[in-house]
Amino acid sequence: MITSAVDHSGRAGQRGRVDVVTIVQKTTLYVFISFGALLALFPFYWMVVVATLPASEVFSFPPPILPGNLLIHNIRSLFQAIPYGRNYLNSLFLATSVTVLMLFFDSLAGFAFAKYEFPARETLFAFLLSTMMIPYTVTLIPWFIEMKYFGWINSYAALIVPSAVDAFGIFWMCQYIASAVPSELLDAARIDGCSEFRIYRQVVLNLASPALAALGILTFLGSWNSLVGPLIIIRDQAKFPLTVALNTLVALRLTDYGALMAGTVGAVVPILLVYLAGARRFIAGIAAGSIHGM
Amino acid sequence: MAATALDIRPAKRGSLSKFWHRYKMPYLFISPFYISFFVFSLFPMLAALYLGFHKWDGMSPPEYVGLRNYIRLLTVDRFFLQSMGNTIVLGLMCLVPKLTLAVLVAVAINSGLLRFKTFYQVAYFLPIITSPVAVAIIFLTVYGQRTGILNYVITELGFRPVAWLHDPVTIKPATALLIIWHEVGWYTVIYLAGLQSIPAELYDAAGVDGAGTWRRFIHITLPLLAQVILFTVIVDIIGELQVFAEPFVLVGPSGGTGRQGLTMAMYLFQNAFVNMKLGYASAQAYVMFGLIAVLSLVNLKVFGRTGAR
Repeated sequence: MITSAVDHSGRAGQRGRVDVVTIVQKTTLYVFISFGALLALFPFYWMVVVATLPASEVFSFPPPILPGNLLIHNIRSLFQAIPYGRNYLNSLFLATSVTVLMLFFDSLAGFAFAKYEFPARETLFAFLLSTMMIPYTVTLIPWFIEMKYFGWINSYAALIVPSAVDAFGIFWMCQYIASAVPSELLDAARIDGCSEFRIYRQVVLNLASPALAALGILTFLGSWNSLVGPLIIIRDQAKFPLTVALNTLVALRLTDYGALMAGTVGAVVPILLVYLAGARRFIAGIAAGSIHGM
Repeated sequence: MAATALDIRPAKRGSLSKFWHRYKMPYLFISPFYISFFVFSLFPMLAALYLGFHKWDGMSPPEYVGLRNYIRLLTVDRFFLQSMGNTIVLGLMCLVPKLTLAVLVAVAINSGLLRFKTFYQVAYFLPIITSPVAVAIIFLTVYGQRTGILNYVITELGFRPVAWLHDPVTIKPATALLIIWHEVGWYTVIYLAGLQSIPAELYDAAGVDGAGTWRRFIHITLPLLAQVILFTVIVDIIGELQVFAEPFVLVGPSGGTGRQGLTMAMYLFQNAFVNMKLGYASAQAYVMFGLIAVLSLVNLKVFGRTGAR
């Protein structure tokens, strides 16, 4: 995994020259990579700083680099401008529902593709993979009309039901289950009289939990961060998820950036904490999945 | 269960029942995807194709107009042509630096010369887990109007401040900068995984032959990474051609000054959900689909060959 990379720096050749070259290379690398990391991290720090400032100071020259003391005040203005607490719960509800349903349906289908022989399996799988190439913009308009026809405008059903199963997750689970779940174990369970669904529930789900965790985080993020779907479906401000609610604040061109940023911090920080808690395994999982996908 | 009863039925019906009995579980397990796909994707896709040949406001019955929507889009609709140009230029501004940086960062992290690898990986990956909306809000305050923190840095370096999100010239670079910042980490992780699958013996052999860092990068790393790069270029093109949230939040639904930030997806959104020109917007969706398909195929042809070499 991450730690397995080998030292490729000149092992051959004259010691002295190589050492100098290596030091120069190392310094250049550290400067490059650290500067980049700084750029990657700075906006998050800036976000926290702005959330604690009065609106008038955000754009002052020179810019404030240290946090102010108006966080509580900004949070209060935020709650006066939009039903932020409600929006927060909405996002939480949507993301959780989509994640739970998708993990269930994707792992079930992934299990079937990985561990069963059945006619047309390869064709169906290839078809499934090809659907990943369809751009969302092609389906967007009739999908919206369909939702209207179903009476799902302004309803969470439109944001949950069509997102309950997807090709990427099935592919992901299939890859993992195929290599991590031994077929002998499934046969043994069958001889013991387990039904196929019970095998899925008790054997497959347990053994595939690392892949489920990574897929779950990705799915949750995707739903938590999505804008277009809720933007066209949800009409009622109290039903907005966070992304749409924050966007309405931007669209109003309110200049209260402190309040806006307090809301953004609220939307970003919990996600950051969850990510940081499992970052190493999560990144390794993503990397493994993306490479199997070649 | 009913298995024994089924087995003694006449051959013809029995085989079908047997077939069902034998394979029903896997088919049952995979069916939700196909049902969902037919209802929520395939049917809408066909409906969009149909609507593309019609004029429709969503209420009165659709009126057949033949190819008129497509002709208007590709010849007279200046906003659409501009949005297409904007999207392609913005896409290139993002794609090239983003993937180049990602390769460099991945190679650096993988080089074996660095410590704290995990820290760097986590740091570079952090932006991608943040929503485009939140990122755009953060960057609104980074760019500011005439002031703002970026302009402060620039004036300290001796340049004149720039109205990043209001000057038609800088709208695209400013949007691109945000997208690059947001997504470099994602591709870095993918490239890292690709790099780690390159056998170390190859580098050792090249080292014995006297190949330097640069030559090893050109002759070993890049060719072996070609397939991964091809894959990421295609994925990124599909994403960039549909970019919506970032410019939507940064410069507003209309695309900002001179509509320089108006992308195809934003224009589609405007036509469909603001102007209620649903037939016209559907035709637009298919033009985008065609463009994406063509660019993906071109990539497959061009890079596919270099990869095979």
